[in-house]
Amino acid sequence: MTASLALVAVMAVLYACGVYLLLEKSMTRVILGFLLLGNATNLLLLIVSGPAGSAPIVDGKESEPYSDPVPQALILTAIVITFAVSAFLMALVYRSWRLAHQDEVQLDAEDVAVGTRETQPTEAPDRGEPDTPPSNDQEEAGDPVPADEGSAR
Amino acid sequence: MNLLVPLVVLLPLIGAAAALLTGRRPRLQRAVTVATLSAVLAIGVVLVVVVDASGPLVMDVGGWPAPFGIVLVVDRLAALMVSVSAAVLLAVLVFAIGQGLADNDAETPVSIYHPSYLVLAAGVMNAFVAGDLFNLYVGFEILLVASYVLLTLGGTEARIRAGTTYVVVSLLSSLLFLAAIALIYGATGTVNIAQISERVADLPPELQTLLHAFLLIAFGIKAAVFPLSFWLPDSYPTAPAPVTAVFAGLLTKVGIYAIIRTETILFPTPELNETLLVIALLTLVVGILGAIAQADIKRMLSFTLVSHIGYMVLGVGLGTAAGVAAAVFYTMHHIVVQTTLFLAAGLVERVGGTTSVSRLGGLLSASPLVGALFLIPALNLGGIPPFSGFIGKLGLLEAAAEVGTPLALVLLAAAVAVSLLTLYPLARTWNLAFWRPQQEVQEYTSALTAELQDNPYGDTTVATRSLSRLMVGATIGMVTLSVALTVLAGPLYALAERAGSDLQGTSRYISSVLGDRP
Repeated sequence: MTASLALVAVMAVLYACGVYLLLEKSMTRVILGFLLLGNATNLLLLIVSGPAGSAPIVDGKESEPYSDPVPQALILTAIVITFAVSAFLMALVYRSWRLAHQDEVQLDAEDVAVGTRETQPTEAPDRGEPDTPPSNDQEEAGDPVPADEGSAR
Repeated sequence: MNLLVPLVVLLPLIGAAAALLTGRRPRLQRAVTVATLSAVLAIGVVLVVVVDASGPLVMDVGGWPAPFGIVLVVDRLAALMVSVSAAVLLAVLVFAIGQGLADNDAETPVSIYHPSYLVLAAGVMNAFVAGDLFNLYVGFEILLVASYVLLTLGGTEARIRAGTTYVVVSLLSSLLFLAAIALIYGATGTVNIAQISERVADLPPELQTLLHAFLLIAFGIKAAVFPLSFWLPDSYPTAPAPVTAVFAGLLTKVGIYAIIRTETILFPTPELNETLLVIALLTLVVGILGAIAQADIKRMLSFTLVSHIGYMVLGVGLGTAAGVAAAVFYTMHHIVVQTTLFLAAGLVERVGGTTSVSRLGGLLSASPLVGALFLIPALNLGGIPPFSGFIGKLGLLEAAAEVGTPLALVLLAAAVAVSLLTLYPLARTWNLAFWRPQQEVQEYTSALTAELQDNPYGDTTVATRSLSRLMVGATIGMVTLSVALTVLAGPLYALAERAGSDLQGTSRYISSVLGDRP
């Protein structure tokens, strides 16, 4: 199988930039990264369909080589899917911006919680004293919060 | 009979369109949705009987013969999956209707819910009956897009946050899958599963392994096997109870189904089986350890879901007919029981006002019925003997013992340990939420709760609301179904064994798709 080197190079650049953007914290860049990755994958499908320049498939003309129509059909489908999904993704990001007024992926609260509780299980029983107040604080803090929210509204 | 095959995809799609059009007339919309899924369930049951009696059904879509056109194939595995999924979808739909009727709240806009739900059903069914890889990809996309909508239903901040992670991770796995399809097409010149299966043996072994691993990674994200499972416990619990139930029951199992297909028909060579077994081991252990630390019932159940995916991967990774048969039976059992538990958690939330065991109490006296509806699937999931969970695990353990390699024996031990460990968070939930009197909740100190991790995004406390009959009825129906899986385990397990042996000898699948044609 032969393939155009230019297409391969473009695909590689698109993949590289797409992965880079996908790893960013800003959601807008994640969308852009997704679009680049989608196009890179479409290019990959085009590359595997063989060399360019053959005639399109025509009925009754078996003599000359024609280009493989299957990857083209696959690419069209993939483009439509990517289009629909990116529209949804943009709506999602817009909604996220409306609600939280930030474009960035928020910190994983569970990760933070795990990171900050590292010493608690081993040290707390030794000290004895600080063991109970934190849990009490949490209990007490748990109650006023809904009340505050209620009064704020 | 072949005409029944496309109907399992077409009916939900047409139903979705009808449900969208009838959005302003809720009663009609509900009737349309229920009727559609009932019809799909009926077709699924007919398919199981027909396929078991007379071999796989193959439908050439658009009249193009197999290697060129799209084919839809229903063999025993697909037929079983279609009928179990349809039953679960129908039960959860009834539950959701009950919840919508009882609450009438703006948080779940039902007019959008029903069409999305039917599109999700169409995607799941399309993935099950797909006879070529690209159609499988399209099936995945249909169900994923519908799941994005369902997960972010109402657009509250918590759901948008969880939904964003879920959407981006799913998109990445879809792109990986698409790239894998492109590479497989480049290597074999076809996307038809049967034809790939014929041609893949001629490829160089390294290329085979590469393509195989590529597909497994893409499906592994969808199935939530261990290193790729981080997104699941974060995103599922934020959705409304019925949505979480159907996601937990079905979506990961579609990934497992794709892995079963990959391992048996596309790449039957055993070179990645040991990798799969190691992944199964990690999934089992890490998942259950996560579950033990959780105070929130929904999050705890999400972690047990991840853990038990390991059982199915274990069965597939053994690479024997007995292993695949046990995996198929376990998948059916797990679809039903995991959905039931999430529905029961939804009932608990309504009775107790929260799903955090550190604040729940006295539920058994408040509602003995909910206690029973939680206890039966919980015992089933933990693998207590009479239930189907025990039978599925026993099959897996026997298959592992038959293989007998050191790794298989390690997994055998891990599977038993994880089964016991599963009982621990479930029994703890039972003790705290159901047996502990309500008045003790405030000043309760115990080793049971000392190390529990509450939901880091804050507990959502909702007003306790009455149980609607439809919700309880749907949950009772699911519990009955899980008990029926136990009572009918003999014939069902035999059916799963026949499905497993079908998959071991790929020639029947290939000849029914490609063979006997001019």
